[in-house]
Amino acid sequence: MPLDDLFLQYPKRGHHMDHDLYAWSNLFERPPLQLPNGAKLAVMITIPLEFFPLNPSGKPFKAPGSMVTPYPDFRHYTTRDYGNRVGIFRLMNVLEKYGLRANIAINSALVEKYPILLDEVVKAGHEVVAHGVDMDALHYGGMDKELETKYITEALSVLRSRSGQAVKGWLSPAFSESFDTPTLVAEAGCTFICDWANDDLPYWMKTPQGNIIAMPVSQELSDRRIIIEYHQTEESFVTQVLDQFEALYEEAETYGGRVFSLTLTPYISGLPFRLQAIDTILKYISSKNDWVNPTGTEIVDLMS
Amino acid sequence: MMRDPHLYPYWPYKNRPKIRWKNGAKLAFWVAPNIEFYELDPPKNPSRTPWARPNPDVVGYAARDYGNRVGHYRMMEAMDKHDVRGSVSLSVAMCQHHPEIIKACNERNWEFFSHGIYNTRYCYGMDEAQERAVIEDSIRTVKEATGQTIAGWLAPALTHTERTFDLIAEYGIRYTCDLFQDDQPQPISVKKGQLISMPYSLEVNDVICYNSYLMSPRHYGDVLKKQFDQLYLEGEESGTVMCIPLHAFLVGHPHRIKAFEEALQYITSHPDVWVTTAREIADYYYAHYYDTFSAWTPQPA
Repeated sequence: MPLDDLFLQYPKRGHHMDHDLYAWSNLFERPPLQLPNGAKLAVMITIPLEFFPLNPSGKPFKAPGSMVTPYPDFRHYTTRDYGNRVGIFRLMNVLEKYGLRANIAINSALVEKYPILLDEVVKAGHEVVAHGVDMDALHYGGMDKELETKYITEALSVLRSRSGQAVKGWLSPAFSESFDTPTLVAEAGCTFICDWANDDLPYWMKTPQGNIIAMPVSQELSDRRIIIEYHQTEESFVTQVLDQFEALYEEAETYGGRVFSLTLTPYISGLPFRLQAIDTILKYISSKNDWVNPTGTEIVDLMS
Repeated sequence: MMRDPHLYPYWPYKNRPKIRWKNGAKLAFWVAPNIEFYELDPPKNPSRTPWARPNPDVVGYAARDYGNRVGHYRMMEAMDKHDVRGSVSLSVAMCQHHPEIIKACNERNWEFFSHGIYNTRYCYGMDEAQERAVIEDSIRTVKEATGQTIAGWLAPALTHTERTFDLIAEYGIRYTCDLFQDDQPQPISVKKGQLISMPYSLEVNDVICYNSYLMSPRHYGDVLKKQFDQLYLEGEESGTVMCIPLHAFLVGHPHRIKAFEEALQYITSHPDVWVTTAREIADYYYAHYYDTFSAWTPQPA
């Protein structure tokens, strides 16, 4: 039996994207990001704080970092929880040492479980970003829209009521979205979304519920990709991060402001033997000039 | 299903007729940027699901869309610096979605060959009429968008049928990048017309090196230089082909671009290298070696 003729029909083939969420544009022809004091780079660090339930449904897939062994997988449960108890404090300390702020994306279940963790994040001056309910409450195509709305409402209301911040940023658990996620997140009052790693600069998405900035939260340049998935060393991670910094720095001289986006995970980068690598990276950045360190909301303001 | 496809004769890598490339070059070097479009909500082929996650797989889609918004231009700038033209492995629907990128390639006198319609439309399970439709669409689309008649083929996402090579040869396509048996071109057995395999060097493809072999950017840069060194040395005896197949959504990231650019600089700084395109290598091979090799039978020493 031949393949369904559906396979030779291309209804979205035309001079546009194959969806309505954003228009195509070429980074190198776009107006540059105008950074304060004519800075070349916006250093944007993103740190997810995640709760991985011991009994994940795995629906529709297991989030990276989820349980591995048969129930009860105390090994991975506590390994991940280490990030929330110890790793994040190591990372916040080293950020403080270099006077840097991050966007810290937090599952609301973690706030209910460890409210003091959110308090410490806020006290340290970081921007709180909503990160869904938990790492098993995934957003995905085909999910019930009411359930998705409930997740978004819950995630934002828990963070907003305790943090004292407006909480305008959204990062979906496992970067996973349904077709409705950007619309629902915009409707819930968010001004930026962090799931689309398709650019080196923030850009506007349009949804039926208003426009929202797609923030270039890096997935390639992250401890998860390079150390965990690619099995590369801490030294190689440092080299790659600094090469990224240098390449963008050089490019900014010709093309204008760029975002240097680095994603660090507390249960990965917050381990004792990796902290020196993070310190080396931040020390190097500190030794350079012409960069600023805006949070997500401040980047949105620059775009508005 | 065939146990053995009998696509080509066995030739040991010794005592072959001597190849000398244009101007006496020992190595013909070409770069194959894959310029691809992956759909957010493609239909599911019974043999292969396009995305790891349910549609929309925002992670997979956005990672590839990075190539079209950012990567191609960064990669192109690195290639321009070293006067390297691309031979583009093209999802031909790019001609409709992003003609701006096609125009940028065309202005640089780059070659285009077909890599299917979308890289999320697989050929597995197609009947002959369907596969012909894909080939005809490819030829027509690239001709209309660029004026070029495609000379080469790389099946979308390397998905084939048993009749793929016979069909593309029948339509006048001159080379295929789908076969990895050699570092020199070789005539391929087809029912009608002529076809050669063009070394496309999957083992130094960035997607294989980065995502399958988990190499770091600088390691990948070293791999490209070492691949070149060995093929250049062997080209002394008989001319070899080196290809760097690329995906701008990988090599076009800031932390990877410099290592690639340094490899290009290294390769193009050697004297006996023909920096060219796949079409030009194929033309040269047909003009000078196709008949010789077709008539040649290896003899034990």
